[in-house]
Amino acid sequence: MEMLVASAIGILTAAGLFLVMRLRTFPVILGIGLLTYAVNVFLFASGRLTLGAAPILRDGIDTYADPLPQALVLTAIVISFGMTAVVVVIALGAYLSGDDDRVNDTLPDAQPAPRADGEAQK
Amino acid sequence: MSLFVIVALPFLGALLPGLMYGAGRKACAGVTLAVTLTALVGLLSRLPEMWRGETLYARVEWLPALGLNVELWLDPLGFFFALLILGIGALIIMYGRHYLSRDDHMGEFFTYLLLFQGAMVGIVLSDNILLLLIFWELTSLSSFLLIGYWKHLPEGRQGARMALTVTGMGGLAMIGGALILGDIAGSYRISDILQAREAIQASPLYTPALILILLGCFTKSAQFPFHFWLPHAMAAPTPVSAYLHSATMVKAGIFLMARLWPALSGTPEWFYLVTGAGLITMVLGAVIALFKHDLKALLAFSTVSHLGLITMLLGTGTAFGVLTAVFHILNHATFKAALFMSAGIVDHEAHTRDIRRLGGLRHLMPVTATIAIIAALSMAGIPLMNGFISKEMMLKEALSTELYGPYWLVPALATFGALFSAAYSFRFIGHTFLGPKRDDYPAHPHDPNPGMWLPPAFLAALVIGIGILPFAVEPFVKFVTGAVLGNVAEVPTYHLAIWHGVNVPLMMSAVAVVGGLILLALHRPFQAGWDAAPRPEAKTIFEAVIAGALSLARVLTGAFHDGAFTRYAAILALTIVAAAGHAWMTGQTAQPMAMGEWPGFAPSAGWVMLVAAAGALVMFHHNRLIALILMGIVGTMVSVGFAFFSAPDLAMTQISVEVVTIILMLLALNFLPDFTPKESTAMQRVFDGGVAVLGGLGAGLLAYHLLTGSAIAPPISGYHLENSYLGGGGTNVVNVILVDFRGFDTFGEIIVLGIAALVIYALTETLLFGPVRARLLNRTPDKPLSGDRHPLMMVVMTRVIMPLALMVGIYIFLRGHNEPGGGFIAGLVVAVAVVMQYMASGFAWASARQRYPYHGIIGSGVLVAGLTGIGAWFTGTEFLTSSFGYVKLPGLEAFEVASALFFDVGVFLAVVGAVMLSLESFSRLARRADMPDSEYPMDIDPSRDTRTEGGA
Repeated sequence: MEMLVASAIGILTAAGLFLVMRLRTFPVILGIGLLTYAVNVFLFASGRLTLGAAPILRDGIDTYADPLPQALVLTAIVISFGMTAVVVVIALGAYLSGDDDRVNDTLPDAQPAPRADGEAQK
Repeated sequence: MSLFVIVALPFLGALLPGLMYGAGRKACAGVTLAVTLTALVGLLSRLPEMWRGETLYARVEWLPALGLNVELWLDPLGFFFALLILGIGALIIMYGRHYLSRDDHMGEFFTYLLLFQGAMVGIVLSDNILLLLIFWELTSLSSFLLIGYWKHLPEGRQGARMALTVTGMGGLAMIGGALILGDIAGSYRISDILQAREAIQASPLYTPALILILLGCFTKSAQFPFHFWLPHAMAAPTPVSAYLHSATMVKAGIFLMARLWPALSGTPEWFYLVTGAGLITMVLGAVIALFKHDLKALLAFSTVSHLGLITMLLGTGTAFGVLTAVFHILNHATFKAALFMSAGIVDHEAHTRDIRRLGGLRHLMPVTATIAIIAALSMAGIPLMNGFISKEMMLKEALSTELYGPYWLVPALATFGALFSAAYSFRFIGHTFLGPKRDDYPAHPHDPNPGMWLPPAFLAALVIGIGILPFAVEPFVKFVTGAVLGNVAEVPTYHLAIWHGVNVPLMMSAVAVVGGLILLALHRPFQAGWDAAPRPEAKTIFEAVIAGALSLARVLTGAFHDGAFTRYAAILALTIVAAAGHAWMTGQTAQPMAMGEWPGFAPSAGWVMLVAAAGALVMFHHNRLIALILMGIVGTMVSVGFAFFSAPDLAMTQISVEVVTIILMLLALNFLPDFTPKESTAMQRVFDGGVAVLGGLGAGLLAYHLLTGSAIAPPISGYHLENSYLGGGGTNVVNVILVDFRGFDTFGEIIVLGIAALVIYALTETLLFGPVRARLLNRTPDKPLSGDRHPLMMVVMTRVIMPLALMVGIYIFLRGHNEPGGGFIAGLVVAVAVVMQYMASGFAWASARQRYPYHGIIGSGVLVAGLTGIGAWFTGTEFLTSSFGYVKLPGLEAFEVASALFFDVGVFLAVVGAVMLSLESFSRLARRADMPDSEYPMDIDPSRDTRTEGGA
C-alpha cells in the first residue's frame, strides 16, 4: 500500500515538473496543479496511512487516523484553489493584453507590437 | 506628564498641521507650536523629580521574549537633549512660519518637522536599544523628507538621497552593533547595558560591536570620512538646516556616544577611533569651511568641525572631556542655530547666500547683523561668549591628550583647528556684515519682521548670558555630565568660569584668534591657492560608488533572472533534488526500507487510473480541453484516495474544489488558445523529462521512506483526539482542529482566500477598463457556439436542484462539528449550487437575482469569524477560545451549541464569497467578449412567444 501511494506521489511530481517546464501558461498552470496534488498527498501521508478509521470519535473505538495532517491539508486544498484562480487570471490578463501566452520573456526586438498594451496595463 | 505622552505628542501632533492648513498659515504654525510647547512643558514638569536624583522609567511590554519592549527613561542626559530638541524646535517653528513663502505647503512642512521631532525625542528617551534603533531610522526617514522638501530642486532631491543613503547605511551597521551589545549584556535595556561595562569590554565581540555602533554614530554626526553628506543636505530650507543640521539630528550620533560612554569608553580602541576621527574631522571641516562662499556651506562645514571637536572630547575617555563635551553641545546648539537662522534671514532678504555678493549688511539690517556677529564671535571663541569657555576647556583637554606620535601633536592640531575656526567666523562676519555698503545686491535687504529675528535673538542672548555668567549653568552641565559618566567616573570639580588666569590654553586661544585674523587678511591669496589645488569631490565619488553598485546589481540580476521562467523552474527542481540527494547520502535512515505486500485489487485499480491519467496528461497536454478532462480524473482519484485512507473531510473538500477549479479553467480556456503548440526541441524535452523523472523519483523515495520509517517523535495528534470532545465539544476531530485548536490558522486562511478573490476581482476590473476591453469587444469567436446555449432541460433541472443543493450544503455545515463536513465543504457545495445557475441560465439572469455583493459576503464572513474570536475576550479567555453548551428548546431534543459554530459560519461565508467572486470575475470577462448574454434564461420559451404575439 505504501508503495502505491509513494509511487503515485512520485509520478504526480514528475508529471507536474514536466508540465511546469513547458513554454505556455496553460500547461504550466496544470503542472502547478499536479504538483499541488503531490504536495497535498505527501503532507497527508505524513500522518501514515490508515484504513477504515476516520477521525470521528465513536464510543468504544480508540484507533483513529491522524487528524492533524488532514486538517492542514484541508485548508491547503482550499488555499490552492485561491492560488490557482489568481494564477489563471494573471495568465489570462497577460494573454489578452499581449496576445501571447508564452511564459518566458523574449528579447525586446523579438516582441510583438501589442506588448505595449501589456506594459500600460501594469 | 507621562514619558509616553511626551514621546507620542509630536507624532500625534503631526496630524494637525495638515488638517489646519486650510485654516491659514497662522493657525497651522500655531497648532504646531502648541504641540511642541505642550511636550516641552510636560518635559519640564518632570524636572523637579529628576533634580532630586530620581531616574524616571516608563515601560510597556510588547515582545518580552525578544527583549523588544517599549521602555522609556528620563535621566539628565535624555532630559538635556529633549530640552534642546523641543526648545530649539519651538524657536524653529516660530522662525519657519515667517521663513516659508506663500508657495510652500506649510502643513506638509510642519508635519515632517513634528515627525522628526517625535523621532528625536524618542531616541533620547529610549531605554531599549531596539526601540532606539527604530527611532533612529525614523529620524533618517523624516530628515529625508525635510531635506527634499523643495521637491522641484534637483539639489534638494540629491542631497536628501545622499543623506538617506549614508545615514541609512550607518543605521544598518548600528543594528548589528546594538544586537551584539544586547547579546553580551544579556538585555536590550540601555540601563542594563550601561551596567555591563566589564562584560562588554572583556568580550571578544567588543571591537566589532564598537566599530558597528561607531559607524552609525559617525554617519549620523557627519564624522570623517562620512562628513560629505552634511553640506549637500544644506539644500533644505534653512529652518531645517538650523534644526536638524546644527542642533539636533547631527547630535544624535554624539548623543549615542555619550549615552553608551560608560559601557564602551576607556579602551584603546575607543580612544583611537573616536578621538582620531574627531580630530581629523575638526581640522578638515574647519579648513574647508574657510574656503566656502555659500553662507550655509560655510556653516555646514563649521558644524562638521564642531561635531568633530565634541567627538574628540568624548573619545579621550576622561571625565573632564565629557564635561567639556556636554558644555560645548549646549553652546554649539545656541550659537550655531542662531547663525543658521541669521544666514536664512540674509538669504531671505538679500536673495543670495553667496558671500562674494554680500558685505556691508550691518548698515541695512542692523538687528540681524548684531545677532549674527554675537553668534559668530562665540563660534570664533572670543571672551564673554559661551564658545570661548568651552573652547578653553577643549584646549586644556587637548593638552593632556596624547595620540600616536609626539605629545605636542594633539594640542597643535587643536590649536590649528581653532585657528581656522576663528578665521571662518571672522570671514562670516567681515565679508557679510562689515565693509562698505554695496549697490548690487539681488534684492533690497532690510531687517525682517520680529517673528523672524526674535528666535535667533533669544539664542544670541543665551550666548552672551552663558558667556558672562557660566556659573549659572554649571550645576545643570554637571548634572548632565554625571548622567553621562554613570558610575564609571566622578564629575570633575572644575568650575566653569571666564578667567582661569594666564595659562597655556589661554595662550593657545590667543594664537588661534590672532592667527585667524591674519588668515582672514590673507584670505584672497589663500583662496586662489585653494581653488587651484586639486581635491577629491565627495559628490562625484559618492555618485561613482552608487553607479558601480547599481551596475553590479544589474549584472547579478541579469545573470540569475533573465526572464526565462522555464529555466528557473528547472534550476529550482534540480537544486531541491541535489539538496535532498545530499541529505539522502549523508543522513542516517531509521530502518531499512521493506517492500510492502500486495495491496489488493481495488487500490491497485485506483492507482492505475491515477497514473494513467497523469501520464496521458503529459502525453496529450497539447490539446488543452483533453488535458483539463484528464486533470479532472487525477483530482477525482486523489479524492477517492483520501476517502479510502480514512479522510472523509478531505475527500469531500477535494471533490468540490475539483468541480470549482475545472469550471474556472473552462472559463479561462474560453479565451485562451485551444492548443499548445509544440515548440521545445527534442533535446529540450529530453532534458525536461530527465529533470522531471529525477524530481519525481526523489519525491517518491522520500514519501516511501516517510511512510515506512518509524516516527522520530510521537505525533501530537493524541492530544487533539483526547480533547476534541472534552474541550471542543465535537466528535469530528478534523473540524474541531480547524475551528478550535488551530482556529487562528483558519482565520488567517479565510482572510488569504478573501484577498485572493479580491485580487482576481481587481485584476479583472483593470483588464476591463484598459485596452483589453476594446480587444475583447472586437474579438471574433474562434470556437463554434452552441445553438442552444441555455438548454431548457438544464435550466429546469438546475432550478429544481437548487433548493436541494442548498439543503445539502446546510446539512453538511450543521453536522460538521460531529460528522464529516463543516464550513469549508458546505461553502464549496453552496458555491457549486449557485454556479450551476450562472451556467444554466446565463450571467444576466443570475446576477439580476443576486441580492448581496460577493465582496460583502467575504467581508461579513471574516467579520463574523473575527467577532466570534473576540467574543472569547468577554469570558476572560484568549482570542478564539471556543465554548459550548447544550440548549433545550421545547419540542426538540437537547442540542449542542458551540461558539465554534459561529466561527464556522464565518468560514462558510468567506468561502462562498471568495469562490463566487473569482468565478464571477471570469464570467464578467466573458460578458465583455463575443458572447452576448441573453436577457432570458432560456433561449426557447414557448410562453414568451405567445405573450409577444398576444401583445402584438
